[in-house]
Amino acid sequence: MSALRELYQQVIIDHGRHPRNHGIVENATHSHHGYNPLCGDKLNLTINIQDEIIQDVKFIGSGCAISIASASLMTEILRGKKIDHVHELFQQVHQLLTGHCENPEQLGKLSVLSGVAEFPARVKCATLSWHTLNAALAQSDSPVSTE
Amino acid sequence: MNTIVADTSESNQTQLDVESIRADFPLLDQKIHGHSLIYFDNAATTQKPNSVIQIEKDFYEKINANVHRGVHTLSDYATNAYENAREKVRDFINANSLREIVFLKGSTEAINLVASSFGQLRISKDDEIIISYLEHHANIIPWQLLCDRIGARLKVIPVFDNGELDLQAYESLINNRTKLIALTHVSNAIGTVNPVKEMINTAHCSGVPVLIDGSQAVPHEKIDVQELDCEFYVFSGHKLYGPTGIGILYAKESLLNEMPPYQGGGEMIRVVTFAQSTYNDLPYKFEAGTPNIAGAVGLGAAIDYITAIGFSRITRYEQQLLDYATKKLLSVEGLKIIGQAKNKAPVISFVLEDIHPHDIGTILDHHGIAVRAGHHCAMPLMERFGLSATVRVSFAFYNTFSEVDRLIEGLNEVRRMLG
Repeated sequence: MSALRELYQQVIIDHGRHPRNHGIVENATHSHHGYNPLCGDKLNLTINIQDEIIQDVKFIGSGCAISIASASLMTEILRGKKIDHVHELFQQVHQLLTGHCENPEQLGKLSVLSGVAEFPARVKCATLSWHTLNAALAQSDSPVSTE
Repeated sequence: MNTIVADTSESNQTQLDVESIRADFPLLDQKIHGHSLIYFDNAATTQKPNSVIQIEKDFYEKINANVHRGVHTLSDYATNAYENAREKVRDFINANSLREIVFLKGSTEAINLVASSFGQLRISKDDEIIISYLEHHANIIPWQLLCDRIGARLKVIPVFDNGELDLQAYESLINNRTKLIALTHVSNAIGTVNPVKEMINTAHCSGVPVLIDGSQAVPHEKIDVQELDCEFYVFSGHKLYGPTGIGILYAKESLLNEMPPYQGGGEMIRVVTFAQSTYNDLPYKFEAGTPNIAGAVGLGAAIDYITAIGFSRITRYEQQLLDYATKKLLSVEGLKIIGQAKNKAPVISFVLEDIHPHDIGTILDHHGIAVRAGHHCAMPLMERFGLSATVRVSFAFYNTFSEVDRLIEGLNEVRRMLG
């Protein structure tokens, strides 16, 4: 498969066009805005956490196929996760996106993002949702950016 | 496939020999992702002909020394080379005097200089500065900074849906508080050529001076600052086939004389004491520190190169490319061109269905085609059109009609993959 096909896999195109968990969590306990000024990608992430477990997570945003698909895939995988695990997951995703992940399969569906590593200029598109998640969990006040 | 050029009835003398021109630009001859490079990002920066690359190399190999300082031979050579370049710039834009040509880093520095120095001279609290919706951030932020600092106000000329400025609104914005109009000659984002001559006249009827950002105009058409009669005209060398880090502020001598220095340092002074210093003559008063000497020499070579081809050929060929590309792009299903002004430079901004410009840029890059995808440092304009980004293709005279055809093929591939 060419690097381009690897990047724009069917799963990514599908999630880019039809993002899952697109919306706002009404009873959110955590939220954050992410913004990538170079691309203009915007993301608003809302999360409901009870007993250290992510009960619900949604996003609204605009951006390229990679950033929307990455956010969509992230929300899918986060539901039901303990927040203790999120940091570890973030590290693994970061390694995946920068080509340092030795065992992409362990990330399940997220492994479709592995093609991004071949496109350094696009890594920030895929990491925007994850950086926004980190900031939401840290209850940071300033908008995050992947610039 | 230069059919359009070949089909014209022009004599060979007035035609552009694109193949031999391309041979002058070594960078163009390379593969990107296995495809011959197509460089369509000329509004960001242009490639450099051999003559520019060679003259910078020669400068460092044979004549490098500081200017206006030493008594030794090399210093003399370097000073001559630097001042010859200034004369080339003067002649290129038909300025009246060498004292009106200031070497700086680029357009951005030139605008910041005017904002700082002219601002200090003429602009105070509650005064107004007029810019337009078409400005690059470089012609927005320096004025915002000035306004914030002194309590002046920024007024913005609105733009119509076709990308042309609303000239009636422009006239009505001018009042007795207006102290400067800072206006782009050509929009870097959507290619609109503003009727600057007419707009300068309008400003002058109210006694308001005008700064023109010529960054995107100088590569495409002959500029005559005396005919335009603007007070300031700025441009960057690297968009004009010259090196990065060198650019020009043209300003009327009478104003430069009145304006206070922008930066202090060596070169810009005459006599320094701890009590008081006196400043050097124009233009050196505004050239503090050791300048980019090799860059200036390179810019001089770029001007020689362009002048040898001639704007009559350059402008005609580039407009043919623009027309051809516009027609071809509009034939791509779902493609919409942003900015359809009657008078355009060879710059086309577009969106394709709801496919994000960055995805388009990545796929085109894999076909060897370099385009710009993003907001083009013109976020207010993008906002005006309800967009966060567009794809921009911008042409130089070394681009060809067959390259445009390959762009269309690339865009059809984009639609197959993501459409």
